[in-house]
Amino acid sequence: MDNQITAYTYIGEGKVVVNKRLIFYQEKIATFAEFIRALYKQEQVSYPKFYKMDSLSKLGFISAELLLRNENPGRFKPGSLAVVLANSSSSLDTDLAHQDSIRNRSAYFPSPSVFVYTLANIVIGEICIRNGLKGENAFLVSEKFNPAQLQEYVSDLLDNGYAEACICGWVEILGNNFKAVMALVEKEGSGAVLKKEFAPLPFTEASLNDLMNVN
Amino acid sequence: MDELIDKLKKEIIAQLNLEDISAGDINPDAPLFGEGLGLDSIDALELIVLLEKNYGIKIEDPKDGKKIFYSIRTMAEFITEHQKKA
Repeated sequence: MDNQITAYTYIGEGKVVVNKRLIFYQEKIATFAEFIRALYKQEQVSYPKFYKMDSLSKLGFISAELLLRNENPGRFKPGSLAVVLANSSSSLDTDLAHQDSIRNRSAYFPSPSVFVYTLANIVIGEICIRNGLKGENAFLVSEKFNPAQLQEYVSDLLDNGYAEACICGWVEILGNNFKAVMALVEKEGSGAVLKKEFAPLPFTEASLNDLMNVN
Repeated sequence: MDELIDKLKKEIIAQLNLEDISAGDINPDAPLFGEGLGLDSIDALELIVLLEKNYGIKIEDPKDGKKIFYSIRTMAEFITEHQKKA
């Protein structure tokens, strides 16, 4: 059976698209913080820890919330929903914030809550904690979006029985430049509740490229 | 003491990014950890940094932390006591 994309989210250029439907739009984005807070409020997500996350985790967390909103993660066997994300800046956005807090020897107050986010894969941890996921996970860093690598890695997990389904995508942020594309990939006929507005896409490089440019 | 308690509430809200909570929502006698504000271990480290950064107080013995950070009031009492000694 082929692997297919049964849901996706796109966040970029002021737009938030979920399964082809535009759900949020800000023409002028002052800062990422304002954008993501407005989205969080509009979507009525209730998770106080959200405010304590770094920007990369906030972006990935909201993407996953929207992606899984109409899903029942309980339909997957425990430990069988994997998460594979990628970006180009790793955790540099937070690394710079940490560096800023230790730059001045006379005012040396590194923040523990900033420091704990100086690894890119923490965003996966936040998604897994929220959704009770214990499956395979990986965070890949490459200069540019590499759909071939992502497609190959995720297909290997699904085709060899390491996972029944996988949340995969691109979650990139540096300062106020950000973009997130996330897809739920699973075997054809896996029991996914298909959405009327969105027919599943084949899980191919071309599909991933299309989602990156859904705008 | 009340003035210091109010100041601490605002500082904690800012330092710990408790965006959905206002100073008026915090009971100064409620436990900071476990129940009450439900803070975690990273928040505890942030409170230690806050004491050092804003009040110049270093906690010498980590065992004292449980007592000092029990509530906003115990923090305020500790700061007041420390300032009297200084």
